[in-house]
Amino acid sequence: MASKQPWLNPAVALGGLAPLALLAVQGAQGQLGANGIEFALNQTGLFALAVLLASLACTPLRLVTGWTWPARIRRTLGLLAFAYACAHFLTYAVLDQGLDVRAMAEDVLTRPFITVGFTAFVLLVPLALTSTNQQVRRLGFPKWQRLHRLAYVAAMLGVVHFVWRVKKDVTEPVLYGAVLALLLAVRVGEAVRKRRALAAQRTA
Amino acid sequence: MRDKLPPEPPGSEVTPEKLYLRRRELLKNAGLFAGTAAVVGGGLYLLGLKRTRPMDGFVPDAGAVAQPVAPAAGAFDTDEPRTPYEDITTYNNFYEFGLDKNDPARRAHTLKTRPWTVVIDGEVHKPQTVDVDQLISGFPLEERVYRMRCVEAWSMVIPWLGIPLGKLLERVQPTSFAKYVAFTTLEDPEQMPGQKSPVLDWPYVEGLRLDEAMHPLTLLATGLYGKQLPAQNGAPLRLVVPWKYGFKGIKSIVRISLTREQPRTTWNLANGREYGFYANVNPAVDHPRWSQASERRIGDTGRRPTLPFNGYAEQVADLYRGMDLKRDF
Repeated sequence: MASKQPWLNPAVALGGLAPLALLAVQGAQGQLGANGIEFALNQTGLFALAVLLASLACTPLRLVTGWTWPARIRRTLGLLAFAYACAHFLTYAVLDQGLDVRAMAEDVLTRPFITVGFTAFVLLVPLALTSTNQQVRRLGFPKWQRLHRLAYVAAMLGVVHFVWRVKKDVTEPVLYGAVLALLLAVRVGEAVRKRRALAAQRTA
Repeated sequence: MRDKLPPEPPGSEVTPEKLYLRRRELLKNAGLFAGTAAVVGGGLYLLGLKRTRPMDGFVPDAGAVAQPVAPAAGAFDTDEPRTPYEDITTYNNFYEFGLDKNDPARRAHTLKTRPWTVVIDGEVHKPQTVDVDQLISGFPLEERVYRMRCVEAWSMVIPWLGIPLGKLLERVQPTSFAKYVAFTTLEDPEQMPGQKSPVLDWPYVEGLRLDEAMHPLTLLATGLYGKQLPAQNGAPLRLVVPWKYGFKGIKSIVRISLTREQPRTTWNLANGREYGFYANVNPAVDHPRWSQASERRIGDTGRRPTLPFNGYAEQVADLYRGMDLKRDF
C-alpha cells in the first residue's frame, strides 16, 4: 500500500519540519523580534497543537470520506506533533528558564497553566516511543489502540493550556477546541454506530 | 536530400520502456512530493502568521520634534544599558490597536495626536480643559531613564521625556477630599480600531492613590529618546510609574480626574485575580500563571532577578508601610 505513494510521508515530514527549521534559522540570526524567545514559544506551541489535531483528524477523515491516504500519514503527523512539543518544551526549559530546575519544578507543580501543558507533553512521550510497527505487534493492536487514545487527552490539555496562555481574547484557542470537539464527536458517533450494528447482529 | 536514414542507435543506448515509464513516474512523484511538502509547510506557516509576527523590516517613525535634553543624569536615572529605540517602539501592549505586540506599531498611525485636549476635573479647585501642548509647555521637560517591568515578566530600560505628574497636580490644587487620581484613554473606535472588539471595557481607565501620583518618580511622558512620543507608545501623553507593572502606565490620556473613591480600573475589573489595583512590582507575589521572581530584559537571552518595587524600593517603600502587599497586590 505504502509503496503506491512513496512520496507521501517524506513530503509531510519535510513540509512539517520546514517551519521549525525556518524558526531556528531566524532565531539564530536574531530575526524573531524584540522578544524572540516568547515568539519561538508561541510558534512551537501553536504548531504542536495544530499538527496534533491534524493527526487526530486522520481517522475521522477516513471514516467520513472513505479515503485511505489520511490513515497513511497519521503516524508521521503524530511524530511531527511530538517533535514540535519537544521543541516547545526545550525552548521553555533551555532558553526561557535557563535550565533552572527549581524554577521549572515550581512552575510545573504550582501553576495549573504550566502543569497542564507539561502533562500534555509527558503524555505524548509513550505514544512516540510505541509508534513503530514492532511496538504495535509487541503490545497487540487493541492495547496499543487504547494507549494511543491518550493523544485525545493530550490535545484537550493542549487546548486548555492555550486558553490559559491568552490574556484576554480566547477566540483562537476556542477555535482549536471546537475542531477537537468535532473530531471527538465523529469518533463517538462511529463507536455508537458500531455498537448498534453489533447489537443488531446479535439479536438477529 | 537525404536518401538515407541516420544509422539506428545501438540497442545499448535505447531506454527500455519499463525504465522510461519509471522515469515518468519518478518525475510525477517528485512533483507530488514537492507539492505536498509545500502545502503542509505553507499551511503551518500561515497558521503561525496570524499571531505575534515580528516586524518585517519595519522602520519606526523617527519622531518629529527632537528635544535637546541635557545629558546629565537625573537623580532617579538608571545607568543600565538602554533598550534600543526600535524595540521600545515595536513591542507594545496597546489593546486599542490590537492584541499582538507589533499591532500598535503597524496600526497606531490612525491616532490623531494633535490637536489633543486633556480634561482635568473632579476634586480640584481649578478644573480645566487644556490643549496638550499648552499643558506641557507650562513645565520644564525632564529626561528620566527608568526601568519598565511588564506583568508578563519582560522588562526594558527607557529614556522617557516628560513632566512630573505631581507638579501638574499641584497647579490644579486638589481639594481636601481628593484621595485618588483616575486616568482615562480616548474612546474612538475610528482612531483606535482595536476598540471595535470588546476584549476590554473601553475606554481604558487606570488609577493611582494621590500620594503615589504626587511622588516625584511619577511622570507624565511626552517623549522618549529625546523625541516626540510615537503613537504606539501612548502619544501625546502617557503615565509612567516605574515601580509598578507596565499596565498601570495608561497611554493617550484624555482625562485626569481626582476622586474620593478608588477608581475602578480596566485590568483590575477584567481579571482582579491576576491584576491588582496597586500592581507594585513584587518578586514575592507571583502571577497565577507564572513566577514574578525573575524577568527577561528585552535583548537578553537569560533572566535576571526582579527587584522589589522594580528597584525603586528606597524611594517608594514608605508609601506602603503597614500594608499587606500580598493581599493588596
